[in-house]
Amino acid sequence: MSKQPVQKNEVSTTGHEWDGIEEFNNPLPRWWLWTFYLTIIWGIGYTIAYPAWPGIKGATEGMLGFSTRAEVAADIEAVNTQNEAINTRLASAELTEIANDPELNGYANSAGAAVFKTWCAQCHGSGAAGAKGYPNLLDNDWLWGGDIESIHQTVTAGIRNEENFDARYSEMPAFGRDELLEDEQIDQVVNFVMSLSGDPMDASLVGEGATVFADNCASCHGDAGLGDRDQGAPNLADAIWLFGGSYGDIRETVYNSRFGVMPSWDTRLTEAQIRAVSAYVHQLGGGE
Amino acid sequence: MAVTLGIYYIVPWLRWDRGPALPDQAVLVDLANRRFFFFFIEIWPHEFYFIAGLLIMAGLGLFLFTAALGRVWCGYACPQTVWTDLFILVERWIEGDRNARLKLHRQKKWDLRKLRLRVTKIFAWILIALATGGAWVFYFADAPNLLRDLVTGQAHLIAYSTVGILTATTFFFGGFAREQICIYACPWPRIQAAMMDEDTLTVGYREWRGEPRGKLQKEVDPNAPPQGDCINCMACVNVCPTGIDIRDGQQMECITCALCIDACDDMMEKIGKPRGLIDYLALSDEPLERAGTPPRPIWKHVFRLRTMVYTGLWSLVGVLLIVALLMRSDIDVTVAPVRNPTFVTLSDGSIRNTYELRMRNKHGEERRFEIGIESSEALSLSIEGSEDMSVTVDPDSMRLQRVYVVAPKTSQAAQGALSDLTFWIEDSISNERAHKDTVFHGKGNGQ
Repeated sequence: MSKQPVQKNEVSTTGHEWDGIEEFNNPLPRWWLWTFYLTIIWGIGYTIAYPAWPGIKGATEGMLGFSTRAEVAADIEAVNTQNEAINTRLASAELTEIANDPELNGYANSAGAAVFKTWCAQCHGSGAAGAKGYPNLLDNDWLWGGDIESIHQTVTAGIRNEENFDARYSEMPAFGRDELLEDEQIDQVVNFVMSLSGDPMDASLVGEGATVFADNCASCHGDAGLGDRDQGAPNLADAIWLFGGSYGDIRETVYNSRFGVMPSWDTRLTEAQIRAVSAYVHQLGGGE
Repeated sequence: MAVTLGIYYIVPWLRWDRGPALPDQAVLVDLANRRFFFFFIEIWPHEFYFIAGLLIMAGLGLFLFTAALGRVWCGYACPQTVWTDLFILVERWIEGDRNARLKLHRQKKWDLRKLRLRVTKIFAWILIALATGGAWVFYFADAPNLLRDLVTGQAHLIAYSTVGILTATTFFFGGFAREQICIYACPWPRIQAAMMDEDTLTVGYREWRGEPRGKLQKEVDPNAPPQGDCINCMACVNVCPTGIDIRDGQQMECITCALCIDACDDMMEKIGKPRGLIDYLALSDEPLERAGTPPRPIWKHVFRLRTMVYTGLWSLVGVLLIVALLMRSDIDVTVAPVRNPTFVTLSDGSIRNTYELRMRNKHGEERRFEIGIESSEALSLSIEGSEDMSVTVDPDSMRLQRVYVVAPKTSQAAQGALSDLTFWIEDSISNERAHKDTVFHGKGNGQ
């Protein structure tokens, strides 16, 4: 390739000599050296133009005012602007009509899934299956109602919180701890409750338990133990137990009383977000 | 050259009627909608193995041709060669033959004539390059619309940058880099070297006939040493696009374009010697020819175990692809069981599983699919957001549908670990069915 003849001059030495060993003077190629100098100049310019030097209260901001946070904020703003029209439509739509509008329904489900995974999944689980004490939103058992309007109300105001006047509220007495019932009465009523859902129990105690139930529990849970959604009283005759369905679990609930709290979301989420997550939860399989 | 160029430029303009919902371009790679159209075939992303199969066939085909005929791909079909030939053709039209071009090149003074020739040539090259880059983008969008958008300046920036990059590379590779690409940039010559053996037909020089070379003698001097047929006219070297001397034997740079064969045959005819001093040769014939026996017939070189195996493999892949193509259905379903959670207990104690069905409608019109299940257990099916058991799927699209399967409380499916379950969908018009096997998760722990 190269037509240059073999190097004419001997390579000079640096003039250093140690024990007869000399060091050749082979300077860096000029193009390499200049590229190196250019990178230094570029580097200085870069640290002036962009955030670079760390200080006590944060790094220097740079002349161009570049900030990744500002870029993210701008991106979020752009998405919000893009979704503004459909968000307005969603916030003003009739709740029961959302499912019949394919565009609105598709948007509500996607947006609702995002809202759910951000705000709700901590308690209800990413798959909405809940956990002990945190309701499963996939099944067809609802404490406060499973139609979209009830779900929307629950999400908006929350349950047993002190921040929203409209929060759903109910409280079961601690029958054992507060000495409202004798220990043996509690045993009797627990056996009766288990008989309602067809679980194995001590049949000899069911008769007395029925009396205890009628006197103390039926006002909220109903004569047949089917619950009352107006008061958030659970259905005791079905297969679903929020705090566990074993004898020990139920006895613990009757003795100490157990209930959960849900925040009110109207101060944290927009109306469109609340509607989106309500629609999302409604179509998870248990919606009524 | 004309054939390959013709195919390249004309194909995007062929039309094919696929109904109102689909594009009518015969060959179209629709990246935005993730579809690949090839005449009557429409390939969806999940059928990409067809493309893989075609690429395997192309690979085996190249192996076959290389093993039998050497680097015919490089010499005849490679775009680099085709476009380089085209560029050289244009160069010859404008600047004259080789001698004229050399003279022009050596002329130091930039007079008007040289300037005019050079500008015309480069302008013509750029036009060709532009047409090349321009034709490429037509494979990815509706050609007539895109052409109108490109000319009126309304096309997407990506279209312009693609055209720009391809124009630049075509212009540079075809006009200036030429055989340097083959020698330095292309990996294929190295791979091909491994494909070839001594039975492969390659361009070779009958050294035993040509040597010792020397000037053509008007009158044969009986005292002169014997002389071969080669008259050292350098015609073979001059025409070689990669600039080698074939008389030095096989070389990596040779792309088997056979220009030297034509040049030498012309020369041999002129001086009244037999043709074929430079010819397609197989290395295994060399000892035979040196001994004066005629070489084995070409078909004996072409049909040998190695080429048979390549042909067999190539046909096998081809047959598999055709079978797959014929068995392919116009509707399709895949099932993803929701595993978070695997099952849900309902208030009456029954167990429910949720599945996400992806139903594909490859027809150019809207279809209604009925959904059903088969299982050895008594399971019941319901569909989210639908009262009946059927859903509509838009033309040429996929629909994601959530469905529920419930097992009664006391059933084996609910209490056990896994039960078999098959989903099917049926097109209400053609009654075509697609199946997908999955499982039903009960309360059992699956051990």
